[in-house]
Amino acid sequence: MEKFVTHTGLPAILWRGNVDTDQIIPKDHLKSIKRTGFGPALFANWRFEADGKTPVANFELNQKHFAGANILIAGNNFGCGSSREHAVWAIVQDGYKVVIAPRKGEGFDAIPGFADIFRNNSFKNGLLLIELSEADTIQLKESVEAAPGKTMTVDLANQSIVFGDSKLAFSIDAAVKKKLMGGLDDIGLSLLEDAAISAFEKNHDAQLVRA
Amino acid sequence: MGKTLFEKIWENHKVKTLEDGTTLLFIDRHLIHEVTSPQAFEGLRLAGRKARHPELTFATMDHNVPTKNKKDIKDLIAKQQIQTLEDNCKEFGITLYGLDSELQGIVHVIGPELGLTVPGTTIVCGDSHTSTHGAFGALAFGIGTSEVEHVLATGCLLQTKAKTFRITFNGELSASVTAKDMILHLIGVIGTAGGTGYVLEFAGPAVQALSMEARMTMCNMSIEAGARAGLIAPDETTFNYFRSQDRNFAPHGTALETAINKWKTLVSDADATFDRELTIDASQITPQVTWGTSPSMVTGVDGVIPGPNDVKGLSPRDVESALAYMGLKAGQKITDLAIDVVFIGSCTNSRIEDLRAAASIFNGKKVDPRVQTLVVPGSETVKRQAEREGLDKVFLAAGAEWRDAGCSMCLAMNPDRLTNGQRCASTSNRNFEGRQGTGGRTHLVSPQMAAAAAIAGHFVDIRNWK
Repeated sequence: MEKFVTHTGLPAILWRGNVDTDQIIPKDHLKSIKRTGFGPALFANWRFEADGKTPVANFELNQKHFAGANILIAGNNFGCGSSREHAVWAIVQDGYKVVIAPRKGEGFDAIPGFADIFRNNSFKNGLLLIELSEADTIQLKESVEAAPGKTMTVDLANQSIVFGDSKLAFSIDAAVKKKLMGGLDDIGLSLLEDAAISAFEKNHDAQLVRA
Repeated sequence: MGKTLFEKIWENHKVKTLEDGTTLLFIDRHLIHEVTSPQAFEGLRLAGRKARHPELTFATMDHNVPTKNKKDIKDLIAKQQIQTLEDNCKEFGITLYGLDSELQGIVHVIGPELGLTVPGTTIVCGDSHTSTHGAFGALAFGIGTSEVEHVLATGCLLQTKAKTFRITFNGELSASVTAKDMILHLIGVIGTAGGTGYVLEFAGPAVQALSMEARMTMCNMSIEAGARAGLIAPDETTFNYFRSQDRNFAPHGTALETAINKWKTLVSDADATFDRELTIDASQITPQVTWGTSPSMVTGVDGVIPGPNDVKGLSPRDVESALAYMGLKAGQKITDLAIDVVFIGSCTNSRIEDLRAAASIFNGKKVDPRVQTLVVPGSETVKRQAEREGLDKVFLAAGAEWRDAGCSMCLAMNPDRLTNGQRCASTSNRNFEGRQGTGGRTHLVSPQMAAAAAIAGHFVDIRNWK
């Protein structure tokens, strides 16, 4: 996995709530047995007309000033629905390095920025997800709207987003940060625990009866 | 202090907590299907790794399988995906219930049938509806393909411990109101992200009164509330599921009674505390119908389509775009919506009780000639059982189609799909844009509601059905 330390790139905005993985990568693009080639399928049903080629003129990410964008500012609960990792592969393979989404509200009524399985899948592919407060996200979104074409810097080491004169801090799980910054492979790390796994297996009943 | 059911299962499977705070959790069952596994096996091959527990890993094909003639797969890419699963299972020594097997079916239907799903186990699958198996008091959740590879290689999954959320359903359901309506109602209350970060536990008298199959319907849609897992504590209903019939891989006879004595400890202790609790009066739940493009966009069958500013937790813009996609206007009555297609099937509602419920509505009646009606059993086992009971004849006599087992029109990865603009009453789990076919409009309902809509040609309140 590629290491993520800092990234400077062009932000784009997809300000919709509850964008599900069926939209991120529609089902017609899930039949490959490979791990590559999903970039062109990203948001395919929103991005292209029924012919699968002609860009939909009013789709947010088809706007000229978002061409070449690699940081996505999205609405809350991004990536809900199906567990398909193809959604993350499509985002990464279309060139995105970072997705930023708001945590809306407080307490039990809060709506998080990202769905659970999508979050896990993202970190396993080096895609940095940043959850900001709703106020911070809106401020960032409005600054981006006011300065089309301007780049943004996301510094994972210092946990900051720099856009023009403004600097926003973000928080991130320490374990996730370490893995992203080191480009660490979970399987390799877990296999280092072979002795612990073997010891556990000796005393564990998986409750499977073979006739 | 007491422990929750989730905490008990978690403790029983904790291999080690690593320095960074994540836990290696042992996985008792790994279920596999054709769509999310090829890249995981490829990863193993590239790294020269083996499957650590092929004997705990089981595979079937469901997403891509045609339901008219299973073997006649015209889509060459789908065919390759199916062939790849066969090859991978052979290479890695994994049991496969393939297209030739009389036990093939939707992965979340065959798991319980085969006795792979038993209380107190951990179960994963590269499919978000793995939450289904929580109906047995098993900790079961969907994972991505990288995690599929991780489980294959290590027999474990890296996890951070979820929070706990108990939803207690008090009272008794009204006649014709089902587990599907309970879970849709709950999602309407807490939203599609209300369960994010939690494991749900469903409790209370209205949950205890449900059959195992109804419990599976309920846990199945936990993920539509954002929760990776839903749990129901095993009880006599659960134990009788195993006593009533030998389930291949589950204990039988005296071994079963020994196991049941252990399973009886799988309850949340009286003094256990949950991170969040919610109580719902089951007697107030009406038959539910979704009207939008997210399962939380739901109302009672006696309700109307809401306006952009009427929906808590959703922006007016998101509601407007859902209504535009669905071709609906605020104020329309649900019962006025005409239907083009009815789909009865999917891992949510394709088990024998679902088919019996649908057949009881179809019995002696005719489907509206303008409505295409598909009845798709969840597994070959369900299909045989339904045919033994003569349910297939009821469906066919009513003018519905009776198909082979598979995911079918739930997700349109096979030939069963909606065409642009078609409106469907569906017993599946997701009403996302394009989910059942590009431009298709999905309304999620119970099997009874779907069957009644097929006959009437529009939604009807099943409580008034005669």
